[in-house]
Order: sequence, then C-alpha cells, then structure tokens
Amino acid sequence: MPRKKLKETLMSLPSFVWLTAFFLLPFIIICVYAFKPADIYGTVLKGWTLSTLNSLGNVYFYKLLWRSLWMSIFSTLVCLVLAVPMGYQMATSSPKWRNLMLMFIIIPFWSSFLIRIFAWKTILHPEGLFHQACVFIGLISQSTPLLYTNFAVVIVMVYTFIPFALLPIYTSAVKFDFQLIEAAMDLGASRIRAITKVFIPGIKKGILTAALMVFIPAIGTYVIPDLVGGVNSDMIGNKIAQKTFAERNIPEASAISMILTLIILIPLGILVLYSRKGRNLEIRSRE
Amino acid sequence: MKNEVIFNNITKHFKQTEALSNVSFSIREGEFFSILGPSGCGKTTLLRILAGFESPDEGAILLNNQDITNLPTNKRPVNTVFQNYALFPHLTIEENIAFGLRIKKISEDQIQRDIDQMLELIQMAPHRHKYPHQISGGQKQRVAIARALVNKPKVLLLDEPLAALDLKLRQKMLIDLDIIHDEVGITFIFVTHDQEEAMAVSDRIAILNNGRLEQIGTPTEIYETPKSRFVARFIGDTNFFDGIVEQVIDKEYSLLHFDDFPPVKCFHDLPLTKGDLVHLSVRPEKIQISKEPPQENPMFNCMKGTIDDKVYKGDHTHFGVVVNNRKLSVTKQHNRFLLDQTQIDWEDEVWISWHANDGFIFSREKHA
Repeated sequence: MPRKKLKETLMSLPSFVWLTAFFLLPFIIICVYAFKPADIYGTVLKGWTLSTLNSLGNVYFYKLLWRSLWMSIFSTLVCLVLAVPMGYQMATSSPKWRNLMLMFIIIPFWSSFLIRIFAWKTILHPEGLFHQACVFIGLISQSTPLLYTNFAVVIVMVYTFIPFALLPIYTSAVKFDFQLIEAAMDLGASRIRAITKVFIPGIKKGILTAALMVFIPAIGTYVIPDLVGGVNSDMIGNKIAQKTFAERNIPEASAISMILTLIILIPLGILVLYSRKGRNLEIRSRE
Repeated sequence: MKNEVIFNNITKHFKQTEALSNVSFSIREGEFFSILGPSGCGKTTLLRILAGFESPDEGAILLNNQDITNLPTNKRPVNTVFQNYALFPHLTIEENIAFGLRIKKISEDQIQRDIDQMLELIQMAPHRHKYPHQISGGQKQRVAIARALVNKPKVLLLDEPLAALDLKLRQKMLIDLDIIHDEVGITFIFVTHDQEEAMAVSDRIAILNNGRLEQIGTPTEIYETPKSRFVARFIGDTNFFDGIVEQVIDKEYSLLHFDDFPPVKCFHDLPLTKGDLVHLSVRPEKIQISKEPPQENPMFNCMKGTIDDKVYKGDHTHFGVVVNNRKLSVTKQHNRFLLDQTQIDWEDEVWISWHANDGFIFSREKHA
C-alpha cells in the first residue's frame, strides 16, 4: 500500500515540520552549546570541551537533581490521587453538573498564572487563610512555617498542574463503560475494589497521559520554587534561569537543559513504547 | 417445589414515572423463569432490584425466605449476565471468569479447577488466554455466563442476554442456555422482550406491562388462556373484535353481537350479563378454512368470506379472509402433501369456522 503510506506521510508532515523547527533544532542547538567552552564573562568560545558537563558532577548538582525529581514525582502522584476520584465523580455526574465542574476547572486559567501564585503567598503566609486554618484544626503550630518551604512548592505545583491531570483522566473516564463497575460489584467486589480493579485499569491511558502532563511542566518549573520556595527549594529550572540570566553562562545552562530534556524523554519514551504495544494488539485483533 | 425468590409488592419510581407498581410474584427453585414484556415495561428494573443495583421504593424481595431488600449487591448470592456482556476488557477470558473467585480469596488451585470446569461447560478452553475484544459476540456471551456461574449463585439473572446476537446465533445460544440450565440446575431468571425466546425455554413466564404484572403461568397457559387483552395481543397473533354480549346462553357460553359481523358463540369464564362490552380474541391457527361448507355443528362458528391475501410459508399458509368488511387472519397448516389438494387462491370464496371453546373473551371498558 505505497499510496496509503504516501498519504500518511503527507498528513504527518505539518507536525513533523513543527517538531523539527521548535523541538529538535533547538534541542540540537542546546546540545551543541553544552559542549562549548566559555570564559568567565559568559562569552562562548570556539572549540569543544567536556568540562562544562564534568563541572556538573558535584554533590550540589546531584542534590538539586534529586530534589527536582522527587518534588515533581511527588506532585504528580498527589495530582493523580486527587484527579482519579474527581474524574470518576465527574464522569458519573449528569451532563449539567459535568459541564459546571469543567467550567470551574477552566476558569482559573483566565487569570494570570503569576497572580495566582502571588495569591498563594498570601494564603500560605503565617497570617494567611490556609496557615490559620491549619493552626485552627491543630495540624501545625503558629510558628511552623508553610510559606518558603518545599511543602509550599509542592502544594502550589499540585494546584497549578491538577487541571492537566484532571482533563485527560476525565476524558478517559467519560468513555469508560460504568456497567463494568456494576459487573464487578455483582461478582462480589465492594465499590472501592471495583474502582481499583476495573475503573483504574480501564482509564490507564488517561492516567499515564495525566502523569506526563503534570510531570513534564513540574520538573521544569522555576517560577513556583522561586516565589513560594525557600533557600533549599531550588529546582533544575531555577538553576537554568540562574545560569542564563545571572551568570550569563550559556554552555552551563545548555548542559543542564540537555539533562532536563533527557530526563523528560525517558518516561515519554516508555509511554510511546507502551502505547505502541497496545496499538499492535488492537491491529492484530482487527485482522 | 419451594419458592426461592419472592417479590412482595415492589414499587419503584424514577422521578415522576412509575417503573413498577405493586408487583408481587414468586419464582420456584430450579425454575427457568422468564420476565417478558415490551421495552419500558419495567422488566429490567425488576431484575436490577433483584441484583441490588436499584432499591425499591416500597416492597421487599425475599431469597430463600431471607429478606435481601437492603443487602448490598456484592453480598447477594445472585449473579448477572449483562446485555452487553460487560466483560472486563483488560483481563483475559480466564481472568474474567476468575474475577469473582479472586475477590472471594479462594485458593488458586481451586480457582484453576473451577475455571477449567467452566471453560469446558462453555466450550471455550482453547480461547482462555484471549482478550474479550479478540472473540466473537456469541463467545463473549458464553464467557459472561461462565463468569457468573463460576460463583455458584443461587439464582442466575440474565438481562436480555441474546439481544445483541444475530438470529441464527440467538437460536443456538437459546438451546445452549437450556442445556446449561439443565446441567447446573439452579434458578435462571431470564429477562426478554422476545416472546418466542421466552416461550421456547421457560418453565414459567411473567408478563409485565407498564410496570404491572399482567399474567404469570406456563408458556401454554399464557398462549392458550391469556388473562388480558394485552397478553393475548403480545403473545402470538390474534384476531380481535370489540362486541357486546347479546345473550348469555348458559354458565359457559354466550352469544356475542358485533357491528358488521355475524354473531359469535364463545366460551367464557367471566361472569357476564347481557349488554356487557367485551373483546373477543381468536388465534389464526384455531380457525379452519375450506372451500366446502363445513358440517353443521352448534358448537362451531361458521361464516363465509373471501380470500384477500395469501402468504405461502411452506409448512403453512397465511390467509387474510374478508368477512363483511372485516379481515381475519387465518393460518392453515399443511399436514398433507399440498399439491394433491384443491388450492385456495386469491379472491376465492371460502368457509371459515372455529369452535366456541377456541375464542376467548375479555371484558372491555366503555372508552376503550
């Protein structure tokens, strides 16, 4: 079927051009800069060097990398744990409620991301609403700081990225056949078990997409740790910003960016492999 | 035989509409019981109430003399075969069947034995490692039955299990269902809108209409002695006439008067008086048709008509016979070699007759 092949190639051409121009080429440029030497004023010099990458092999950078990873993985998990029951609830509601809930998710996007983070500064402040509420119910004492901690970074990341988790999960959940839940309960499962054994596997693809949609922006974020994080909340994104703007060291910033991109590509690659396996299964069944 | 399932005055509303109204009947142990009715009659709601997916507004359900009205779905000793099978797409056939057993934490050895036995019963052993999307509709149906039966329920609920299959497969599955019922010996409750399916396999049938129980009985009872106009119309074909009682001849027979139709003598089991409004129903196959006038017999209603249409079906012919502007449907079975007989053709003058016992009378409201 060469004709069909040709058609498919033509159809995917625009996205191919787009990805080449705005992802592949910039990534190659970054990779090239990562191996360039620079002087202390930030001028990129001729020739090639591994010293930039080597200089990253220190404890401070490993710590930073580790913190970025766990904070973004943890935020992703919190988002999923919250988004799955929310998605279930939305998908089982009447269309009227569904649309209302979707509205509530989308409305915050109408105001600036920065303003919303500044709002959290007020909320998490020792005199703020959230802090006071936590003190009131006895979770923390008045002197326990919330703002400028890793906790603040995680909570704001969860707040910021949860729509990206909820939307793919909701999309899968709406397509889910809820009679399967009844079938599981009919076979003796409690509702919770029916959800874990049938609903969650049923929306697996949505959950995986959600995980990526949260993890990728989360690991690269730098505004959130910058505004609500403390001295020990810096993430990779902050380092890149610092190297680019404060130190004007493009090769070092490029090297870190390259590592960040590679970190993101690994889970993405796993997902692509995984979904290709699923697609092969479907094709085989159709034959 | 003892009663296994008892529905006691079940009433259920969905918003303003009444889905079930005061439905009471019981189902015997080991019975193949059908709940039959047109769509929207409440039959599926009744099944869902028994399975525990819905709870009745009023009334109670008893299973082996135990009130299960408030028992949650997963605690009831009944299992359901869903209309669209509801097989778990992420599990293999084997894992689907094992689902209920694994929930109950039965030992893996026992699970394997039970699965093997079930796969044998439904003849699906070679497909055990396939996924639901890799097997055909009929196979899915059998897996759904096995997945329910493996839990050894007291009662198996089947919600229009054959609706999604094509005709040939439906007939085969119906026989398979009957065989499986004989083998496992538990009570089957079969919900369907297809009267032929219900008649073919059921020990008894309950007929529901508009959330009310119309009649309950064996297939023969329901077909031969329908208790209402609805049942007579719903089960099989029939000729319907609206008439008035002209004369009550004796305890069992009366003479009915019709506008534009000869008077008819008919058996009745209702207390009738002269002037009562009635419906008369006569099944097409109960009417005899011939070119020669039949012998005089006071028990037979005999009249002359003209053939208006004729549909030859091989084993029988279906005639439309016009008597005084009224068309009756008449079926003639061909028990003998047809080519030797005098053919009845279009526009022929014919005699039709039926025994007074072969019609049945229902009382009729004035406005109906």
